[in-house]
Amino acid sequence: MLDLSVNLAGVTLKNPVVVASGTFGFGREYSQFYDLGELGGICAKGLTLHPRSGNPAPRIAETPMGILNSVGLENPGVDTFVAEELPFLRKFDTKIIANISGNTPEEYGIMCEKLSGAGVDMIEVNISCPNVKAGGLAYGTRLELAAEVTEEAKKHANGVPVMVKLSPNVTDITEIAKAVEGAGADAVSLINTIRGMRIDVNTRRPVLKMNTGGLSGPAVLPVAVRMVWEVAQAVSLPILGMGGVSKGEDAVQLMLAGACAVAVGTALFADPFAPLTVRDSLADIAAKQGLTAVSGLTGGVRPW
Amino acid sequence: MKVEYKCKIVSKTQMGDAIYMVLGVGDMVRSSGVCPGQFVHINCGHSRLLRRPISICQWTGSKDGDTLTIVFEVRGEGTAWLARRPVGHTVDVLGPLGNGFDAEGGPYLLVGGGIGVPPMLGCAGTSGGTSTAILGFRSREKAILLDRFASDCVDCLVATDDGSLGYHGFVDTLVRQELEKENHYQAVLACGPKPMLKSVAKVAAEFGVPCQVSMEERMGCGVGACLVCAAAMKDGTVKHVCKDGPVFNAEEVDWDA
Repeated sequence: MLDLSVNLAGVTLKNPVVVASGTFGFGREYSQFYDLGELGGICAKGLTLHPRSGNPAPRIAETPMGILNSVGLENPGVDTFVAEELPFLRKFDTKIIANISGNTPEEYGIMCEKLSGAGVDMIEVNISCPNVKAGGLAYGTRLELAAEVTEEAKKHANGVPVMVKLSPNVTDITEIAKAVEGAGADAVSLINTIRGMRIDVNTRRPVLKMNTGGLSGPAVLPVAVRMVWEVAQAVSLPILGMGGVSKGEDAVQLMLAGACAVAVGTALFADPFAPLTVRDSLADIAAKQGLTAVSGLTGGVRPW
Repeated sequence: MKVEYKCKIVSKTQMGDAIYMVLGVGDMVRSSGVCPGQFVHINCGHSRLLRRPISICQWTGSKDGDTLTIVFEVRGEGTAWLARRPVGHTVDVLGPLGNGFDAEGGPYLLVGGGIGVPPMLGCAGTSGGTSTAILGFRSREKAILLDRFASDCVDCLVATDDGSLGYHGFVDTLVRQELEKENHYQAVLACGPKPMLKSVAKVAAEFGVPCQVSMEERMGCGVGACLVCAAAMKDGTVKHVCKDGPVFNAEEVDWDA
């Protein structure tokens, strides 16, 4: 019997497949398709201290084996999440990971207080959203800011594990990983989207109203695998790997590169059931390789 | 519980620049119910990560299997792929999705522009033949479904941008003429490009007639989770075309956004 459970910074996930923040809302929509308790965990839509209405549309563009988005952190604010969305998510037997973005380190701290008090299983600190001008990416690309935000989050998380979401839009992702490890992070998740652009050649206008956006989908998988592999060698933190996972083999690649668990995101848009098929096919691969636990895949790559 | 349907293409007809396609949809119509203005989200090939939202034109429900009719134009690679699928092949369909028109009873003034015309035929059906249609096209060659509207409506007026068929000009002029003439319409129901919706909504408001509009925006998930298909509302809030719409009350919408 294959053990599907994995440990991510002290939190036991019943299986290694979670859904990525921003692709799953607060779970209500996809709960019409299946029991959310089938998932290892849910990274909820990114929250800010105050509600945000996001960027003007169009906010999405299809690209070769990918999509670009520029949603811009549209969300109802952390208080509404705690009052109206978390109780719904809590009805399901799965781990709830809140995702937060702030304009200042203090905002991250305030949100961590509210969320840890409300009882989430983990807090994912987004220092890497490419679609907001203030904060966001700046925290993810500058070592001292990334460390400061991590420290502030840890100080106010009251023991709830803090996982820092890293940006791939940097020269060396391991430097940021080391900085947040030094600042007390319990885990890292990677990769966030890669900045990209698509232009309509007839109108000569960018397809996205914000001109640029974040690339996700199968096109980014090899970048994610490479970065997870690099980060796994640079730090001793557990890693939630993500970026273009649409089938079991993709998830296994990220785990072999060093991830403890994986997130499925963009694949949901083509197939709402993608996280479940990824989970089942990942389990098949592990079983065929004679493993007794899927956690045995983590870091198992044999580099040349 | 929502499901994906593997739907067989029952028939496919070229209609001007548009494809008229009938899908066998299992028990979708009987189990979920369908109203005009709702859409289906169709997977258009493995290399395309986004489904394509296409309005439902008409539907049938029977124990021998339900059908949906969709009418679409080839706009890009996804719709080109769908248009090439042979009769008898299956496509992966999510639906019915979104909130459609409130088009029971009637009479309604139905206004369609271009590829926004097909969903209005569903409204003609649910209003039991009591409605009047005003349809706009770029030219005579682009005109579709005129005979269907003629048989399902009290009257069907046509406008073309180049004057090659019917009134030479835009539909809002015909809407104004009709509302000056008749005051029995419960509402104006419209689907088409945003500038058309804006001008039709303005005319309806002048006459104090309620107006429902079907909005279009680039979509991701189609079910309300990814938040990409944002539509700005007059009260400063943002709604999402796939889940809150695609049909909105015209007075809710921020037409200047």
